[in-house]
Amino acid sequence: MKPGDAVPELRVMPDRHLPHPFAGAGEDFNPIHIDPEAARQAGLPGHVLHGLYLMSVVARAAGELAPGDPRALKRLSVEFRDMGVPEQEIIVTGTVREVRDGRAVVDAAAEQSGKVIVGGGEAEIEV
Amino acid sequence: MAWCVGARESREKGGRDVSADDGAERIWPPVDYSVGRENIRQFVEASGERRVIYKDSKVSGEAGFRDVVAPPMFAAVYSWRSVRPALADAGIDMTRILHTSQEFVWSEPVCAGDTITTVAELRSRAGSKKASTYVFGTVSHNQEGDEVSRGTWTILVKGG
Repeated sequence: MKPGDAVPELRVMPDRHLPHPFAGAGEDFNPIHIDPEAARQAGLPGHVLHGLYLMSVVARAAGELAPGDPRALKRLSVEFRDMGVPEQEIIVTGTVREVRDGRAVVDAAAEQSGKVIVGGGEAEIEV
Repeated sequence: MAWCVGARESREKGGRDVSADDGAERIWPPVDYSVGRENIRQFVEASGERRVIYKDSKVSGEAGFRDVVAPPMFAAVYSWRSVRPALADAGIDMTRILHTSQEFVWSEPVCAGDTITTVAELRSRAGSKKASTYVFGTVSHNQEGDEVSRGTWTILVKGG
């Protein structure tokens, strides 16, 4: 592994109902995630994905540098740049920035319909 | 001035104000999360994780874990349980928040059967009448006293 190496691209298609099980698992029932009408009243086009779901998808993509090792991901920081919505494909990409002391630092981002929804992603992974 | 109201209510509920020297404006009492296999399974399925190590205790066991191991982002579940009441206690209207950035730093892994205790603190608040940015910090430990993760939650509240 060396700087410039790409993380395998991850594509996911969140279905219309995905925010419901995520709300249940994560105990976050903010209506903007599960009630399209409440989301519209809050100025959104419809119900939106949880930011922590988007971060989980980025974590999963970055984790593929150490496949199947639950302890490998040591740090992840992300910026939520735009709303993620159901029923549109999310594409996560990442590039190794540096490798030192057994840790890779990866720059990662997630896009949806050509818009960056998660940017500034930085992951540290034991490799 | 929701902030002042929130601070008073916090003291009444057992929260405490700390001096700026501590690096935190306020710290809330610890919140426990008892991690069950099905909690991990629900999160794993909702987040689209497919690896069997997060679902099968035999596979987790063979990899050296004491029970089903949680994926790192399960931190979002157990630590949110401490942030959510802190937001409400700070007088923040949940319908006007935007989660703008997040960081987790992981140490010991979390397994089914663990009890994770998280302390949330408000590190800073800045803004105007239009919007305020709140930065919350969380530190989570397991029942052995080992740190499992730290979180930094940056939240924008529209309307101040």
